[in-house]
Amino acid sequence: MRITCPTCGSRDLHEFHVLGEAEQARPRLSGDFDSAAARAAFTDYVYARRNPAGPHDEYWYHGPCDTWLVVRRDTRSHEVHDVRAARGGDRP
Amino acid sequence: MGFSGFALLKEALNGQRGWTEHWRKAAPKPAYDVVIVGGGGHGLATAHYLASRYGITNVAVLEKGWIGGGNAGRNTTIIRSNYLLDGNIPFYELSMKLWEGLEQDINFNAMVSQRSVLNLYHSDGQRDAYARRGNAMALHGVDAEMLDREAVRARVPYLDFDNARFPVKGGLLHRRGGTARHDGVVWGYARAADRRGVDIVENCEVTGFLREGGAVVGVETTRGTIRARTVGMAVAGSSSLLAAKADLRLPMESHVLQAFVSEGIKPLVDGVVTFGAGHFYISQSDKGGLVFGGDLDPFPSYAQRGGLPVFEDVAECALAMMPMLSRLRILRSWGGIMDMSLDGSPIIDHTPVEGLKINSGWCYGGFKATPASGLCFAHLLATGELHSAASAYRLDRFARGALIDEKGVGPTPNLH
Repeated sequence: MRITCPTCGSRDLHEFHVLGEAEQARPRLSGDFDSAAARAAFTDYVYARRNPAGPHDEYWYHGPCDTWLVVRRDTRSHEVHDVRAARGGDRP
Repeated sequence: MGFSGFALLKEALNGQRGWTEHWRKAAPKPAYDVVIVGGGGHGLATAHYLASRYGITNVAVLEKGWIGGGNAGRNTTIIRSNYLLDGNIPFYELSMKLWEGLEQDINFNAMVSQRSVLNLYHSDGQRDAYARRGNAMALHGVDAEMLDREAVRARVPYLDFDNARFPVKGGLLHRRGGTARHDGVVWGYARAADRRGVDIVENCEVTGFLREGGAVVGVETTRGTIRARTVGMAVAGSSSLLAAKADLRLPMESHVLQAFVSEGIKPLVDGVVTFGAGHFYISQSDKGGLVFGGDLDPFPSYAQRGGLPVFEDVAECALAMMPMLSRLRILRSWGGIMDMSLDGSPIIDHTPVEGLKINSGWCYGGFKATPASGLCFAHLLATGELHSAASAYRLDRFARGALIDEKGVGPTPNLH
């Protein structure tokens, strides 16, 4: 499997580390972080996964250029459809 | 017909013409008391214990492929109960005890072979960690012995004891661990359940749940609608996909785990040996092939085949532990889809959806857990109560912070 880093081009899997599902944004909460709603939102964020068989957005880290990526990859064929640099808004 | 010495002798004289098929090719009926989705080891064991221990025989096991074609045929056949945490040890020890009596229980030769499991340690810190594990096991009545370097050498003299980076300093020996015949286990459970009247329906994929007032009251399948008082799912790596049909999101990622077998050689590896400085485990099958494996492929996958980087890592571990393996040729590799839970431990519980129970999250531990998983899931399906040996395997433990994280790596499924 190779991944095309937006900065470095097509590179071997060895250079990358996978973090996991990039489909949920970190809950944006103000106020009581210990409320039932906040607990439920963070439990969901940390532990629940869609885990689909098919296209899947994932966070990958490219070591040589120190960049977090969002990779859209098919979990059935391992085919990479799209790679973009992660933005502040979708930081894990 | 039953298996016995007398039956073998009779069939030897009879030209082997009297054997019958192990289970009927059942067609689904419109309704059952219990429908179990997934005809793997866990689903079939569940059906067997439902019928034999709880007297519930109006049961169907629905399998989308054929019996023995999923993870039951894609593992390294190791059985053991050398766990560390309170939530795990009683469960896996129950499983070991069931393995010990399995063949008499199901009247089938599952080739359970308690040839021992030896975990090697390579540093003083690791020795202390293994001593702690051994003590935890002993406190729960599980056999555990610390071996020093010379005792390890006497058992497995072919290791690279003086490896510059990973010298072998000793090991934790679990004598009652070993291996079993993976296909024999599913065939045996299928046959035993069938003989008590359970319908084993192959080539029957569940495509959705039948809902009434929010509750699950049956399943839609490729072979028609089947109603059930209770539905239990035991579908391993497909758990998230099936749960999504009931609008549930699970604490689960699916990953491929590879395993490898070499060409057949004369008897060499007498038990199961695991490398402590990396992730590598090896045993020898009765046919002579060395069977071994290592880490998961790190990214989520539903492809039942793995990549070369993991094989490279496995090969490096193998040669660091047993340099003689460099001369060996690999015959086959295979991959199974693991239901990696977010804390590395399983779930046997109710779901938030009435009428649907879940058995999932087996990670690497699925094969060895087969008997206890079946018994505890059968207990839940029959009584609606949690079995005492599986009382920690709750679905809500993630929300409560009551994780059972044997490896201590947190919510990173690819590291468990």
